[in-house]
Amino acid sequence: MAHITASVYTSHVPAIGAALDLGKTQEPYWQPVFQGYEFSKQWMKDNTPDVIFLVYNDHATAFSLDMIPTFAIGTAASYQPADEGWGPRPVPVVQGHPELAAHIAQSVIQQDFDLTIVNKMDVDHGLTVPLSLMCGQPDVWPCPVIPFAVNVVQYPVPSGQRCFNLGKAIRKAVESYDEDLKVQIWGTGGMSHQLQGPRAGLINREFDNAFLDKLIHDPAAAAAIPHIDYVREAGSEGIELVMWLIARGAMNDVADPSASTRARHRFYHVPASNTAVGHLILENQYLCGTDL
Amino acid sequence: MSLDKPYLDVPGTTIFDAEQSRRGYHLNQFCMSLMQASNRERFKSDERAYLDEWAMSEEQKQAVLARDLNRCIAAGGNIYFLAKIGATDGKSFQQMAGSMTGMTEDEYRAMMVGGGRSVEGNRVIGEDGDAQAHRQPQGSAGNNNNKKKGS
Repeated sequence: MAHITASVYTSHVPAIGAALDLGKTQEPYWQPVFQGYEFSKQWMKDNTPDVIFLVYNDHATAFSLDMIPTFAIGTAASYQPADEGWGPRPVPVVQGHPELAAHIAQSVIQQDFDLTIVNKMDVDHGLTVPLSLMCGQPDVWPCPVIPFAVNVVQYPVPSGQRCFNLGKAIRKAVESYDEDLKVQIWGTGGMSHQLQGPRAGLINREFDNAFLDKLIHDPAAAAAIPHIDYVREAGSEGIELVMWLIARGAMNDVADPSASTRARHRFYHVPASNTAVGHLILENQYLCGTDL
Repeated sequence: MSLDKPYLDVPGTTIFDAEQSRRGYHLNQFCMSLMQASNRERFKSDERAYLDEWAMSEEQKQAVLARDLNRCIAAGGNIYFLAKIGATDGKSFQQMAGSMTGMTEDEYRAMMVGGGRSVEGNRVIGEDGDAQAHRQPQGSAGNNNNKKKGS
């Protein structure tokens, strides 16, 4: 059967993609950001999965105000990098995994979550920047990716609790797939930031680090955080953090109290453009190798 | 029974809810059109004519022409959509966000490098943080604009 081996959490700031694409990673402003992913790139090489299930938000790219799905799963064979107004990022085409995606869609809908099934869309920086941070700048991405887009643009957005429960359903779906596949689930977006209005530029280190602590040790408590706390404490776009709870809800220890996870890497830095950068790697412990 | 909108007392913040989305539909769809290079060229060659192709209000059009993102947001714009205008102009997200504070680009960047805006005093309307209405505009760019308007 397929199983989830690890979860990865990271911000997906567009300026990070631009810094990578324009060769600015060693500039003093950017060097500390990319330094935080050096471990991760090696970890990714050592732990390349068969499929990445990548939770992100579309930034008014594939979904305009014509249609606003709360949860959308990509079941296509491939996805082109989108032109977000600057022209497409010079990154590889993202290969999908239509069979596993369709299986997850069917299973998760049968578990009472309404997913929109997407057979054609472009993917924006929300999806490609995390791939770049974890994989560097290869000619092809190391494995297929299932895009899973969450509406965090138009309120009301799904609650943290609903996202956490959705993660549990995704885990069940993955484990009911017959083929023996190693799957990583990634939650992207966040951490604290506000992109709009006179309050733009808000950063709350205390909130962000408390969130990381809760996410690792007490994810149910993180899932209980109401929307208004994200807005008030972490800025209007800090709400993107609910997507991290989908990945966390899919980890084994959530379903099985006897299972445990191991935090392999934790990183936090301010700023990247308008935001704090947060990053975490959690492994399902019984599946991973020996300690470093 | 009224809808639950606990976010209305957050200073300097407009939450893009269903009401704002309805108000800003045509404005935001205009922004989406700028994802095509050919549309960006048409917009740049005659902004007013391009805007007139959209069922936007005059206030929305004027806000876009002035590149006043706070006015755009008040008129139903959403920053993820409005970012396409900035991209068309060759601006970064940081330049766009900073433009809404009254700070110069350098002032805003320095604030971010210094750790960003503090949440202290900026959680609820009526506190005394720098995002509160009585502290606007926050920086010298806003002050210059005010001087221009007054002269």
